[in-house]
Amino acid sequence: MIINEDFEPTRGRDKRLPPGQYETRDFPVLSLGPTPEVTTEGWKLEITGLVQNQLSFSWEEFLKLPIEKVKKDIHCVTKWSKFDTEWEGVSLDELMKRAGVGESATHVIAYSHDGYSTNLPIEDVRDGKAWVAVRYEGEDISAEHGGPARLLVPHLYFWKSAKWLKRIEFIDRDVPGFWEVRGYHNYGDPWQEQRYTFD
Amino acid sequence: METPGKNNATPSTDLRRLWQAATLVRFGFAAGNVKSLVFKVPEWVKHLPGQHYDIRLTSATGYQAERSYSAASAPESEGVIELGVEFLEKGEVSPYLWNLKEGGKIEIRGPIGGHFIWTSEMPGPLVLIGGGSGMVPLMSMLRHYHLTDTSRRPIVFLISARSLDRVLYKEELEELMGKHPNLSVVITLTDEAPSDWVGYKRRVDSEMLQEVLAKVSGGMPMTYICGPTGFVEAVSRNLVAEGAAPHLIRTERFG
Repeated sequence: MIINEDFEPTRGRDKRLPPGQYETRDFPVLSLGPTPEVTTEGWKLEITGLVQNQLSFSWEEFLKLPIEKVKKDIHCVTKWSKFDTEWEGVSLDELMKRAGVGESATHVIAYSHDGYSTNLPIEDVRDGKAWVAVRYEGEDISAEHGGPARLLVPHLYFWKSAKWLKRIEFIDRDVPGFWEVRGYHNYGDPWQEQRYTFD
Repeated sequence: METPGKNNATPSTDLRRLWQAATLVRFGFAAGNVKSLVFKVPEWVKHLPGQHYDIRLTSATGYQAERSYSAASAPESEGVIELGVEFLEKGEVSPYLWNLKEGGKIEIRGPIGGHFIWTSEMPGPLVLIGGGSGMVPLMSMLRHYHLTDTSRRPIVFLISARSLDRVLYKEELEELMGKHPNLSVVITLTDEAPSDWVGYKRRVDSEMLQEVLAKVSGGMPMTYICGPTGFVEAVSRNLVAEGAAPHLIRTERFG
């Protein structure tokens, strides 16, 4: 390791920061292309795959589900972390209960309106670890940040929290998503610094 | 449709995962506020134009700071990695990099990234749109084009800068324009322009995009946009509104 003797840190080292991260107060935007236009009119969220009941919610129907408020730290693979972000959304536990997820399901894939997808083990969306968020800091989620609805899986790097969510599929094997086949880690635990395929 | 690149496979002993001691061998100014830093690493891996590197600084107390910087060099510049580092007043890492002298060392790993990439194997015209230091990865693409491509495909590089002294690689761009009649470099200055400036003097808008894209014929172009979030959002929205296919537009946003 190189020691940069004359390097004087100006930022603190908060215990909530995973390795290699720094705190930001802004909310940077990262996406692969133009922001798609997704409106609540005609919006649909589908729950498909290895479930007893395939579900499809309109925006109005979705907002009638129990909405939880959560406050979480989020960590982007591009190195910024943001503490105490406040979200409102429907827990994946609730959606899984309603859909009746089969025992053979081991993974989920989240699909977005812009063609993006990301994969997660089923354990990582279960037991209060994941939500479909519809509000951020008390407001509708803006288009750049994935509104009207995005996945929220705060314990993994934030590319796993798919923006412009349109479908969640339950499957019985692991299928890497958009970034996972383009050099980024398949699981993405910030505390293990699992940024890239080779980490 | 992605181009994973022959030298970018993932062997089990992947050199890209290693933090390597990078030595500064050359530096200069890419623009008034952006320094161009050229590093040498012991185990150089060829990158793809548009990819980035992670750099790491470690203080005497063991504190570490990591940041990502795009490569400005072409993959054909063997053995070296050129970064473009914008000086950020309240930055923790950029002031250190600005003060680095020849022979100074930092740690670096990569290359990284698999979407914001262009290689001359990809067909069709090319549109590059950069705001401020967002020009850096686009320059890697253009340099790669210059060194490898004989297709004479139309290329447009639209640059938005606050003032003329903030246009990165200005002299090199003029030189490349002279060598490639199919290349148009168009500059718009948003804050301040010389009195004899005949180019655009406003933010990129629909009308400007239409005029600039009119220079590109021969099929649908691949478009790469890089810059601050507001810039990338506005430009990509305008392009889509003008009928561009979203899947042919790739973006990279700074902050």
